[in-house]
Amino acid sequence: MVRDYLSISEISGPLIFVEGTKDVRYGEIAQIQLNNGEIRRGQVLEISGRRVLLQVFEGNEGVDTRNTKVRFLGHGIELGVSGDMLGRYFSGFGDPIDKGPKIIAEEKLDINGSPINPYSRDYPLDSIQTGISAIDGMNALIRGQKLPIFSGSGLPHPAIAAQIARQAKVRRKEEEFAVVFGAIGITYDEASFFMRDLQETGAIERSILFINLGDDPAIERIATPRMALTTAEYLAFEHDYHVLVVLADMTNYCEALREVSAARKEVPGRRGYPGYMYTDLASIYERAGRIKGRKGSITQLPILTMPEDDITHPIPDLTGYITEGQIFLSRDLHRKGVYPPIDVLPSLSRLVDRGIGKGKTREDHASVSNQLYASYANGRNARDLAVVLGESSLSDVDRLYLKFAEEFESRFVAQGGYEDRTFEETLDIGWDLISMLPEEELKRVSDELIGKYLRGRKER
Amino acid sequence: MGIVRIAGPVVVGDVEGASLGDMVRIGEAKLIGEIIGLRGEQATIQAFEDTNGLGIGEPIESTHFPVSVELGPGLIGSIYDGIQRPLDTIKMISGDFVPRGITIPSLDRDKKWHFEPRAKKGDKVSKGQVVGTVKETELIEHRIMALYDGIMDEVREGDFTVEESVAIISGKEMNMIQRWPVRMGRPYGEKIPSYEPLVTGQRVLDTFFPIARGGAACVSGPFGSGKTVVQHQLARWSDADVIIFVGCGERGNEMCQVLLEFPELTDPRTGRPLMERTILIANTSNMPFAAREASVYTGITLAEYYRDMGYNVALQADSTSRWAEALREISGRLEEMPGEEGYPAYLASRIAAFYERSGVVKTLGGGEGSITVIGSVSPPGGDFSEPVTQATLRFTKVFWALDAQLAYMRHFPAVNWLNSYSLYIDDVESWWEENVSKDWRELRDRAMALLQRESELQEIVKLIGTESLSDEEKLILEVSRHIREDFLYQSAFHEIDTFTDTMKQYRLLRSIMYFYDLAKEKITDAGLEIILKLPIRAKISRAKYLTDMAGFDQIDEEIKKSLEGEDG
Ligand SMILES: Nc1ncnc2c1ncn2[C@@H]1O[C@H](COP(=O)(O)OP(=O)(O)OP(=O)(O)O)[C@@H](O)[C@H]1O
Ligand SMILES: [Mg+2]
Repeated sequence: MVRDYLSISEISGPLIFVEGTKDVRYGEIAQIQLNNGEIRRGQVLEISGRRVLLQVFEGNEGVDTRNTKVRFLGHGIELGVSGDMLGRYFSGFGDPIDKGPKIIAEEKLDINGSPINPYSRDYPLDSIQTGISAIDGMNALIRGQKLPIFSGSGLPHPAIAAQIARQAKVRRKEEEFAVVFGAIGITYDEASFFMRDLQETGAIERSILFINLGDDPAIERIATPRMALTTAEYLAFEHDYHVLVVLADMTNYCEALREVSAARKEVPGRRGYPGYMYTDLASIYERAGRIKGRKGSITQLPILTMPEDDITHPIPDLTGYITEGQIFLSRDLHRKGVYPPIDVLPSLSRLVDRGIGKGKTREDHASVSNQLYASYANGRNARDLAVVLGESSLSDVDRLYLKFAEEFESRFVAQGGYEDRTFEETLDIGWDLISMLPEEELKRVSDELIGKYLRGRKER
Repeated sequence: MGIVRIAGPVVVGDVEGASLGDMVRIGEAKLIGEIIGLRGEQATIQAFEDTNGLGIGEPIESTHFPVSVELGPGLIGSIYDGIQRPLDTIKMISGDFVPRGITIPSLDRDKKWHFEPRAKKGDKVSKGQVVGTVKETELIEHRIMALYDGIMDEVREGDFTVEESVAIISGKEMNMIQRWPVRMGRPYGEKIPSYEPLVTGQRVLDTFFPIARGGAACVSGPFGSGKTVVQHQLARWSDADVIIFVGCGERGNEMCQVLLEFPELTDPRTGRPLMERTILIANTSNMPFAAREASVYTGITLAEYYRDMGYNVALQADSTSRWAEALREISGRLEEMPGEEGYPAYLASRIAAFYERSGVVKTLGGGEGSITVIGSVSPPGGDFSEPVTQATLRFTKVFWALDAQLAYMRHFPAVNWLNSYSLYIDDVESWWEENVSKDWRELRDRAMALLQRESELQEIVKLIGTESLSDEEKLILEVSRHIREDFLYQSAFHEIDTFTDTMKQYRLLRSIMYFYDLAKEKITDAGLEIILKLPIRAKISRAKYLTDMAGFDQIDEEIKKSLEGEDG
């Protein structure tokens, strides 16, 4: 029995109260019709007797208490999914925004999904090649992992995101791969760069984009990552795709959460963000993973800008508490002109150990990575020392490390925006760098690997 | 009338015969919840499942029983959700995603266990006394305890399901299953003091910041500092009989790792798969958070049950911060007066009540059992001054302070040796003296003093470089580095390094300190340069990979030779 209510009693920020309702369900979606015929969507946040609290995704501009009609639709927010979504663009709420045909849904899915039973999970064991050495070589992205990029405003994370979306692949030919991109409150420039790039390189064929722009409704951002993940789950667990979900920028998402919380007059947590932000973010990030007996996987690469580059800010902090490591962008490297400015020292892919090595990437992967890490750390220490005491005060070994650090940044970390390196190429550059150091300094690589990869190289 | 209000996990409605703490079924979906407030017949309920789709007016039914767990054979080796539903069975019934409103018995009703009586017909038995046993796993003999005092009218040996009667005590049939409310501690004779360490095989913990059996520890640190790895290491290697691991609001992949690994890893003491002594409770961060609040109680109640059988149980809760946040969230929805950082005023008393359930006890059956509790705390921004860390430290006597800087430098376990403490050192000292060596405490204290001295010297070095230090001070820096890199640093992922028994811990530290003592004596004669270039240093660095004590004899011999040798 469909009913239109004309009984909005209060409007407050993105929220409205509707009185005298009947048979409304918690979490249900509502259709809000303005006097001019415009339709908006809202979701039930609370029901108290006959009074319902709705959050309106498109905001409340133009909503009034006399003429605006509310109709409850009897279900939660759903997305109609289909394999035909590949190659298409959608709004942050899942409506097609390209000129393509209508999507005929194969299934309608609740965008909140359901938690994966921990017993059903399978451990992430294989990697995705991004073609970026600082990631692939040092902190490989593992299928089923959630690995955020911690960035700062003005750093080139959009270009990195585009490069990853373009280049990412799984290496076995018979496996299907797709990228789902959830753009959350990004600028028009960023979005159009992204779209153009995917078009021009043909990567669009295997991509799906959900786009909420900076001037799109803020509350819609609460739905956008869930749209992306619902699509990803469908592709991964019903069609065997390895799906990489790129979510940018999660900082905008968190701000939308804060806005709703403030409007509800909830007791604010740290810096005004709601106390449930951990749980809310987890309901997004935990949708990465693998499931026993299914071929596909969901890997997440959320991108966030740290307000004031502060890693203890609740957004990176809570993200770090949920995700499995982080890729860290450095303003210093960016200033030095290094692209991508990934600082490998504070970066860590926690699941890397079992996803690389013989049969997956290459036998020497872990050793090369450890050796590069240790040597670069030494080099950075030497650089710090040189700043305090002067370069002349460094020992010979320290001077060598200092040089190593420079080369590591300019040859290993730095690469072209369109340069797509294989794991092998990345590791080979690693050995080139390692060969700068005397053998007795190489404590993280075995004699066997030195024999196989290093000695030949030196002779050449 | 049924439901009158729904706000996230908080549901208000009329419940017939409601009493506080009772478990209810909410709405047509029959979601599980608990009554946490009552005004007349109107109950405030926290729902342990997602409330989406619930409507006003739907019925709420009370089960007239508090939220409780099932106790009996079959617990070991299981993986449960926060309210003890078996996740493996749930997968079988409803697939890979967690459904709502499902009711499944926690213990298998069909499985037969071989019951062997321990009491005879005509015996007088008292509550808590063991009347029979069942082989639950190769490692655990499950002891069936009398529920009340009485006379054994009958007792049957044979194969029974948990619900079948195995004995008659004073006219009442008794089977092998019982229910116990999770928020109520199980009774015991009395608490007794503890003088034994829980040996974890982790050098920095056992040697420097030991936890006593029956004690409580807090492991706290920012994200990525290694809390979970420490907890997993304790679950793997500590010398408890039963391990209960509560994954409370953390990652699904971490639970998955334990599930895949524990059946493969073997207990170093018994050679049996670790899963044969382990119970997992998983409420991952995307599962409903009210059940997170219940999960720690579910865990500790299971722990008490095995304690009552006379076992030493270790319970790991990772992370208790998520439990506290669930408390805060529910409290917020109830519009209670918020305390510090929005946490309810009763936060500290809840934390206290939880850790209070640890301890060594004389059981009702006359035996001795213990629960050691190790809780992770995840402080926002890594700041230990926040309410959950602070409240926890009031009730735990061990603080393993994990440090972002150490983790960043890949020094693991990233236990900061200057901020961490254990108030059990004096208690466990005599155990080390008897079982390892008379001079353990002295050695440990000297090493600790050296580390403290090192940090003072580092301050000086930072300001004016090493040049201003005397040779003796430089030696301290070098030896401290051995302590840090060769003793404190311990890889969780290295086959041998992952576990070090107490004797080896002692010998390793003793060799380092022996080197220091002799080097200090020789420093004026031989000169620091020469001492630092001695090849024995490289051997000390590899000593952690030795597997027999003869290796340490050799090292000590060589230290002696190289520092006293030529001229001595
Ligand atoms: N003992 C150890 N040996 C080697 N590596 C370690 C050790 N402890 C931690 N690490 C490294 O640090 C990473 C993070 O550790 P862990 O997952 O335990 O952190 P955490 O404190 O539990 O973080 P969070 O709060 O995010 O859950 C691990 O994935 C591993 O790479
Ligand atoms: Mg952890």
